[in-house]
Amino acid sequence: MIRYAARRLAFALFLVIAVSSASLLLSRLAPGDFVTESLGARASRQAIEQQRARFGLNRSFGAQYRDWLASVARLDFGYSMLYDRPVRDLIPERAANTAILALTALVCATLVGVPLGIVSGSRRGGLLSAAIRTASVVLLSMPPLLTSLFLVFAAARTGWLPIAGMRSATVPAGGGFMDLIRHLVVPAAAIALPLAAMLERLQAQAMAEVIAEPFVLAAVARGVPRSRIVWHGALKAALRPVAAVYGLIIGSLLSGSFAVEVITAWPGLGSLMLQALRTRDVYLVAGCAGAGALFLACGTLVSDLALAAIDPRTSDARAEAA
Amino acid sequence: MTRGLGVVLVTLALLAAVAAPMVAPNPVDAHFAGLLNAPPTIVRMAGEDHAWHAPFIYRWRLVSQLEQQYEEDRSAPTALAWFSGGRLVGSPDQAAPLLLLGTDSYGRDVFTRLLFGARTSLGLAVTAALGAMLAGAVLGGLAGFAGGMTDDVVMRATDFVMVLPAIYVALALRSVLPLVLTAPQVFALLAAIFAVVGAPFVARGVRAIVRSERQLDYARAAQALGASDLRLLIRHLLPAAGGFIAVQMTLLIPAFIIGEATLSYVGLGFPDPVASWGTMLHDASSNIRVFADFPWLLSPAAAMFLVVLGVNLVLQNASRGVKSIL
Repeated sequence: MIRYAARRLAFALFLVIAVSSASLLLSRLAPGDFVTESLGARASRQAIEQQRARFGLNRSFGAQYRDWLASVARLDFGYSMLYDRPVRDLIPERAANTAILALTALVCATLVGVPLGIVSGSRRGGLLSAAIRTASVVLLSMPPLLTSLFLVFAAARTGWLPIAGMRSATVPAGGGFMDLIRHLVVPAAAIALPLAAMLERLQAQAMAEVIAEPFVLAAVARGVPRSRIVWHGALKAALRPVAAVYGLIIGSLLSGSFAVEVITAWPGLGSLMLQALRTRDVYLVAGCAGAGALFLACGTLVSDLALAAIDPRTSDARAEAA
Repeated sequence: MTRGLGVVLVTLALLAAVAAPMVAPNPVDAHFAGLLNAPPTIVRMAGEDHAWHAPFIYRWRLVSQLEQQYEEDRSAPTALAWFSGGRLVGSPDQAAPLLLLGTDSYGRDVFTRLLFGARTSLGLAVTAALGAMLAGAVLGGLAGFAGGMTDDVVMRATDFVMVLPAIYVALALRSVLPLVLTAPQVFALLAAIFAVVGAPFVARGVRAIVRSERQLDYARAAQALGASDLRLLIRHLLPAAGGFIAVQMTLLIPAFIIGEATLSYVGLGFPDPVASWGTMLHDASSNIRVFADFPWLLSPAAAMFLVVLGVNLVLQNASRGVKSIL
């Protein structure tokens, strides 16, 4: 177990370093740099050279990368040319906003999707499970991009909820927290709805498979009440395959939150990364990518370790495979 | 029954893409300067005189320049022209065009652009899925067949790509290249990027199938009869993975449609005059409130939903145990 944890930790570290290095390299390879993008085509050569020297963009990539790595080791992630501030000051706030959005969505999706999946998976026929299934199939076909567009449309039409941003310009009655919750509804629901549908389908499938097993039949024969079988015995067995999915969800959670952040103007990591990529702000790109990778690494690490704790076979099998 | 619905939806989308120039009521590059953000024209059969007519439309008359409010001009009905000028149906009067889904903020017919956009969006998604299938089959086949080092390297690489959020990988790769490119360049570039992101999903499954099939008697028999490695792989082992590849490829298509839409929405997709479902949404995205005032501008999103729903319904049972990229 400890060897397994160490192995996963090493992978997490590798992920963060590889992703931020690769994004630094990629945005350096791109034609044009921050200076040409921001000064425009009509700037004089002298002005361009001067700016390049100021930002250190006139060095070779090798030298730039070496300096960057050395400063990262001191937890200094370079300087954002776009915001004229150190990257270290910019990222935490944006990363926290993305975390609020993604975690709210994940918790809501779990609270809605998993119980519904248990209900629809444990009854084969019936109106209720048919209704749940239909809703899931429809929502599964609405990835966050589409869901957020439709929800923004509905919210703007009815005027019930704010459709953009994270806070109102002036703090209204009820305080800042309620204001944040009101702004959170549309973007979080846009991510949570398709996710809940996916969890519901998985949970229903796992539940249906467990219910077909002999130990459930044996429990029925002993006269154990139905609700007890479903919510105690079978549930324990059926949670495992769903828990295994959480490691993979983190990636799609970040993908989904990118589209939602752009559409609802949520000030998160995704919209910052987009801005940095477009202006060729290389250190900011690397910083955002690194922060995103850190998210991903923590998410997969936690879910891997949790899974290994529930089901010891996982760590053995993976350790062998690795 | 639901599967039938899926087949109908997918077939309709493909038909719309193939037959776009014939079905579209207006030329794709037509701008109706006096009809910015005009609502859909209503096709009527009952006239003011309470008698039935062949289908006809009224033209829109601008009543408020500021709010872009229109009302029907009841004085002059225009009868629709069928099968004229190489179109299924259209309006003979240039001043009273048939706008089944209204116009966008440039006065372009949304329905026509939706049909032509299907060509771009679906064409790109299918091309990319074919690319992902080819790359995935080659990589997975090699890894499963060769084993050892090759297997390790390929599987680590696919692991790495799969764990990353797909849209960020596409975004980073896209922004490496010049931000402004021509439409064919964007098409090729996005297809290649999506193929790279999608290939691991195919490769993993193919590898597992090739590995287990290789142990079976028929594969050993073929080898004993003197089949070369390449022949064994291509003629015997890869066909065994055919069903899986077909399902996985179809599952990638919705993901790629959404991927194109996301990249185009943020302005890294197709350049302006090209109609694709993503660029149509992008044109309206400068102020998100326009969707509330002119709901027909959301029709590309509705089209995407219907296509994705169609694919999901077709694959409802086939896709068990296959990982989704979304």
